[in-house]
Amino acid sequence: MEKSAQSTGVDFVHAVKEACLAAAITFGVLLPLIGFETVSNIDNKLVLHTRWGLLFTIVAIVGVGRLLMALVIAPRLAQRRIRPVAATAPSWLLLIGRWFAPFAIGFAIVYPVLAMGLTGFSGALKWVDNFGIQILIYVMLGWGLNIVVGLAGLLDLGYVAFYAVGAYSYALLAKNFGFSFWILLPLAGILSSFWGILLGFPVLRLRGDYLAIVTLAFGEIIRMVLINYVDLTNGYAGIGGIPRPSFFGLPFTADDDGFAAVFGLPFTPVYRTLFLYYLILALAFLTAFVTVRLRRLPVGRAWEALREDEIACRSLGINTTNTKLTAFAIGAMFGGFAGSFFAARQGFISPESFTFLESATVLSIVVLGGMGSQVGVAIAAILFIGGTEIMRDLDFLKQIFGPSFDPTQYRMLLFGFGMVIIMVFRPRGLISTREPSIFLKERKAISSDLVKEGHG
Amino acid sequence: MAGRGDILLNVEHLTMRFGGLVAVDNLSWHARQGDITALIGPNGAGKTTVFNCITGFYKPTEGRISLRHGDATVWDELDSLTERGKRHITTANGSLFQLERMPDFLVTQKARVARTFQNIRLFAGMTLLENLLVAQHNSLMVQSGYTLLGVLGFPSYRRAESAAVDRAREWLNRVGLIDRADDPAGDLPYGAQRRLEIARAMCTDPVLLCLDEPAAGLNARESAELNELLLSIRDQYGLSILLIEHDMSVVMEISDHVIVLDYGVKISDGTPEEIRNDPKVIAAYLGVDDEDVEKVEAEVGL
Repeated sequence: MEKSAQSTGVDFVHAVKEACLAAAITFGVLLPLIGFETVSNIDNKLVLHTRWGLLFTIVAIVGVGRLLMALVIAPRLAQRRIRPVAATAPSWLLLIGRWFAPFAIGFAIVYPVLAMGLTGFSGALKWVDNFGIQILIYVMLGWGLNIVVGLAGLLDLGYVAFYAVGAYSYALLAKNFGFSFWILLPLAGILSSFWGILLGFPVLRLRGDYLAIVTLAFGEIIRMVLINYVDLTNGYAGIGGIPRPSFFGLPFTADDDGFAAVFGLPFTPVYRTLFLYYLILALAFLTAFVTVRLRRLPVGRAWEALREDEIACRSLGINTTNTKLTAFAIGAMFGGFAGSFFAARQGFISPESFTFLESATVLSIVVLGGMGSQVGVAIAAILFIGGTEIMRDLDFLKQIFGPSFDPTQYRMLLFGFGMVIIMVFRPRGLISTREPSIFLKERKAISSDLVKEGHG
Repeated sequence: MAGRGDILLNVEHLTMRFGGLVAVDNLSWHARQGDITALIGPNGAGKTTVFNCITGFYKPTEGRISLRHGDATVWDELDSLTERGKRHITTANGSLFQLERMPDFLVTQKARVARTFQNIRLFAGMTLLENLLVAQHNSLMVQSGYTLLGVLGFPSYRRAESAAVDRAREWLNRVGLIDRADDPAGDLPYGAQRRLEIARAMCTDPVLLCLDEPAAGLNARESAELNELLLSIRDQYGLSILLIEHDMSVVMEISDHVIVLDYGVKISDGTPEEIRNDPKVIAAYLGVDDEDVEKVEAEVGL
């Protein structure tokens, strides 16, 4: 009895020490950041203000938080760890797992109708365009990159290059030669996969960090070419007036031979948005369908085997060069499809849309979703892109934090925070288990401890 | 078809240098069809280097490594193959391969030499069944129309896949792992991983199976089971096996022919019985000069 009381006493002292240390560190770090503020006064001179109140509030929050963590939360977590973990997931979780994909597909199909029912005909435009289409583009890019990074285990930091090749292929060929969207969509895919192979050849010998650096450089090279080859690409100014896709020859315009007039409907821009939504939905489904099929084909199994152990692959007679090239080419092809859709939807493209940040976003979606998992990547894309869009209109926060508060400025901060949280609690992504591609008796998910991440 | 006893693999004047280090020095030997040939020697003798040269993972500095499919008469073509600078030659009676000219994956794909590794290299995150299907990659790749027909869902691929699954099932049965077919390979105990690696190599449909220390880390019962498995592979499939092994109970019991290496040089070559009594071999293993063998033997009580 006495002993346990003594040990809690020691724990308390220890916790207070830790809390003081955390508070001191916070004070040291935030003193220059929050404690002082430069403000220009009426004479337009900079004067130094101090914000002791705010600073000490934050320091106190951190100190008390650390104390609570050490005294209350940590013992509970430790206790939970001792308790045996159930061998199988609870049945309700399995049920959700089984029905999630069909439900999500159904929801994606009826989503525009729901949006129109809830927010009206023109109010739906924002929800379908900014949310639906934007998210689906990234879902598709995520699934495309997932082939390269998640399945084949090749870290590609320049995926946006293929997106750019697809977009510029469509824009240039449609503007200069007047080809239709439906001819250029596959063509953009082919051109992108050609560039994927071109990138693949020199980097095949590289592994890990070296591969990542070269692919990063490749993405930048493509962007630099787009900026500097002004005769072809119009440089920074970009390409405008890109022809929009038509509904099997019927353009979405207010003309007499436009879509609305032919079907006897009043003209609104919503039809085009709906058409684009279902187009990108179909393209995303195509990507998912092909990827699911590929995983069950020898080439897909070879990709995963390559991620697990390249030397063993070679000892089994697998041509690892070709296998890597197909992964690059097919991943790039889907990037190209997404790119040409992007160009057709925007009507205007410039190198600004194809910065490294885009590659990083798509890669984060793949990593956060869980490498190799289709459902995980889709959820991560919804969280990531949907989150960005939602944070554009959090105007109600102004009522709390005052009119000078701009929520969009905190977007990246919140993102970073979210990513750290996910990586702490689910280091291998939201869905980290691997589904076997084939089974004899029973499909068992494979724990992420055994699945390798690939080494480039 | 040529019968048992004809030369299958011929290694001539094999030399492998790593910078200044000579790992294998002017080594010549051959393995006969249907034999279990063991390559033994103290640590660092160059056994694994020889293996890596045969399976294409290393390109030898000098020497010729040739393998025959079909009739033994194709050996007559060997010199003309070497002169023409080609990788392989096919005649009406069979084919000849010059392995040192082929990259690693072609050695398995075309010359049908399969191998396992000293430190097991399974696809740990894939199930046992998937491991064995990856081994049948090349035939399935053709059947899936190089992916194109497979993506479009042609039935020919489905048939080929179910045949591949049957083959995998047969091998899982042979190595006694059929009950764990849907478990990840990384979850298996060590001995079972060794057996699975052999089964995976066998699924590539080889003519020569190269095993790098298959009994390492196995207990007495497991290595007895391994002996049985290797003998059944030899007898039922008429397969030739090349073996690196330290476990003398395995080597002496099952091998038909033993080659002893020391410091990259062949010091003895013969039947297990001959090797057992060769003073040079004993000297190499005891780490002493030939003349001192008797003295040392007396000391350790042999």
